[in-house]
Amino acid sequence: MTGRISLPVMCLGILGFGILYVPMAVMIVFSFNAGKLVSVWSGFSAKWYASLLTNEQLLNAFGLSLFIAFWAATIATFFGMLIAIAFVRFGDFRGRLALSGLSSAPLVMPEVVTGLSLLLLFIGMESVLGWPAGRGVDTIIIAHATFGMCFAAVVIQARLRDFDQAIEEAAYDLGARQPFVFFSVTLPVILPAVIAAWLLAFTLSFDDLVIASFVSGPGSSTLPILVFSKVRLGVTPEINALASVMISIVTVSVIMAAYVMRRRLGKTG
Amino acid sequence: MTMMGYKCMQQGGSVLYRLTGATGRRLVAAVPLVWLLVFFLLPLLETLQVSFTTAQRSVPPYAPLWGFDETGFFTNFTLDNYALLAAYWQDYIGPAGNSIKLAFFSTLVCLLFAYPMAWWIARSTAKWRVVLLVMVMLPFWTSSLLRIYALIGLLNPNGFINSLLIWLGLIDAPLRMMQTDFSIYMGMVLTYLPLMILPLYAVMVRLDDDVIEVATDLGASSVAVWWTVILPLTLPGVIAGSLLVFIPAVGEFVIPALLGGPDQLMMGKVLWTEFFRNRDWPVAAAIAMLLLAILTVPIIYARYQDGREDHASDPQAGTP
Repeated sequence: MTGRISLPVMCLGILGFGILYVPMAVMIVFSFNAGKLVSVWSGFSAKWYASLLTNEQLLNAFGLSLFIAFWAATIATFFGMLIAIAFVRFGDFRGRLALSGLSSAPLVMPEVVTGLSLLLLFIGMESVLGWPAGRGVDTIIIAHATFGMCFAAVVIQARLRDFDQAIEEAAYDLGARQPFVFFSVTLPVILPAVIAAWLLAFTLSFDDLVIASFVSGPGSSTLPILVFSKVRLGVTPEINALASVMISIVTVSVIMAAYVMRRRLGKTG
Repeated sequence: MTMMGYKCMQQGGSVLYRLTGATGRRLVAAVPLVWLLVFFLLPLLETLQVSFTTAQRSVPPYAPLWGFDETGFFTNFTLDNYALLAAYWQDYIGPAGNSIKLAFFSTLVCLLFAYPMAWWIARSTAKWRVVLLVMVMLPFWTSSLLRIYALIGLLNPNGFINSLLIWLGLIDAPLRMMQTDFSIYMGMVLTYLPLMILPLYAVMVRLDDDVIEVATDLGASSVAVWWTVILPLTLPGVIAGSLLVFIPAVGEFVIPALLGGPDQLMMGKVLWTEFFRNRDWPVAAAIAMLLLAILTVPIIYARYQDGREDHASDPQAGTP
C-alpha cells in the first residue's frame, strides 16, 4: 500500500529518525575535533584516529572481540540451522515442545540473568568436572553461541518455510541421496538466510557487554568491556574515533548488502 | 553385475540410508536440545540453587546448597536472601517498581515514534521503502553501547545540546539532562526503536488499501478511520513490538548505568552492583529470580502470541 501521509505523521517520523541519527552524526563530526569536548569546535584534526591506531590495549581488545564473534557466530549458525530444520521438516517429533521453549526463552531473557547464571554454571562445572578451568575466551564463545543460535534459528526458519520442497523431491527422484541433497540443493537455496543469521550472531556477540562481563576472566577483556570501563570515566575522544570507524564499517556493509539484495531481487522477479 | 545383485544392493543402500536417516534426524534435534539444556536451563537451575544458600568468604563466594561430609548429609538451605530483599525493600523492590515504570513509559514513547515511522515506510514507494528500512536497520546493526555513548556527548552539561542552546542565547545555565528520567527515555528510544518499528511495519505493509478507501468513501473522518479500522488491524504489530521493547527494557543494565543517576535505579544495575561491587552472589541470584518472576507473565504471553503465529503460518505444524 502506498499513498500520501499527513503532516503530523511526517513530523513524528522525522523526529524519530532524528533521535536515531543525530547523536551518531554529532559524534562523527566531533571525532575530528582537535579539542577533547563534544561541544566546542577547536579546529579540524585527525589526531584521535592516529592515537587510536597506536593504542595497543584497544587494538588487542578489538582483535579478541573479532575472534570471539567469529567462532560464536559459526557455532551459533550451525546449531541454529539444526534447530530450524528440526522445526520446519520434522513435524511433531518428541522434544519439539522442549526445543521450541528452550530456543525461544534466551531471546527474551534479561542479559544480566543469562550472564550471572552461566557464570554460576561454569563455576559449578569447574568444581565437579574440572572444566572449564577458569574463565576466558572459551566461556565467552559458549555464552555467545548459546543466545546466538536462538536468533539464527529464527532467521533460518523463516527462509526454510518458504522453501519449495518439490526441488528436493526432484533431486530424490533423480537418485540423489542425503547428505548430497542437503549440500547441493537445500543449502544453496537457504544460503542468504544462513549468511544473514551468521552476521546477526556475529554482531550480537561483537556488541555484547553484559554477558561477556560475567563470563570473562582476567586478561580476556573484549572491546565492549574495555569501552564501557573507559566511558564510565567520562567522554574519551579516542572512543569517538573508534565509534565513528565502527559505524562507518557497518554503514558501508549494510548499504552494500541492501544493494546486492535489490539486484538479486530485480533479477529473479 | 546381475540384475538381481544390483537390486539387492539398491535395497540394501536404501535400508542403510533409512537407518542413518532416522539416527541423523534424531541427532539434528537432539544435539541443539542438549546444548540448550546444559547452557541455558541448567544455569537457571544453578542460579535458583545459589539464591537459597549463604554467602561466605571462599572461592566460589557461596556455600554449597547441599552435600555430604563426615556427619552425613548437610544442607545450607536458607530463605535469608529473599528475606533481605523484603527487609530492605526500598533498595531492592523499589528499583523493581522503577524498572517496570521506566520500561512501561519507554515502550509508550517508542510506540509514539515507531507507529508514524512504520506508517510512513509502509506507504512509501518501493524504492523509498528500501531506503527507509535500511535507515531503521542500520542503528540496529551498530553497537548500542556506542550509540548510548554518543548520546552522552549530546546530553552532558557541557555537551552539544547545552552548548548549542547557550550559544543561541536561549538559556543561561546548562540544563540538567543526564541522570534524569529524560536521559533514560532517550537511551531506551535510541536502543529499542528499531525493534518496535519492524513488527509494526510488517502488519502495516499487508494492510489492504481498499478497506481504508471504503471507510473514507463512506464518510468517516481520518481519525475515525484510524480508530475503527486501522488501529484494530495493526494491533498485533503493536502488541508484538511492545513486548519486544518492554521485556528487555525491564532488565536493561547499560542504559541506567551510563545515563541514569541514583534516582534511576533499575534491577539490572542493582544485580550488577550486588555481584561485582558487594560480591554477594546469593543475593544477586535472588535478584535474578525476582527479575524472572516479574517477566514471567509478559514472556509467557509473548510465547503464546508467537505460538499462534507459528501455527497460522506453518500448515505442517501439528501434523505428523
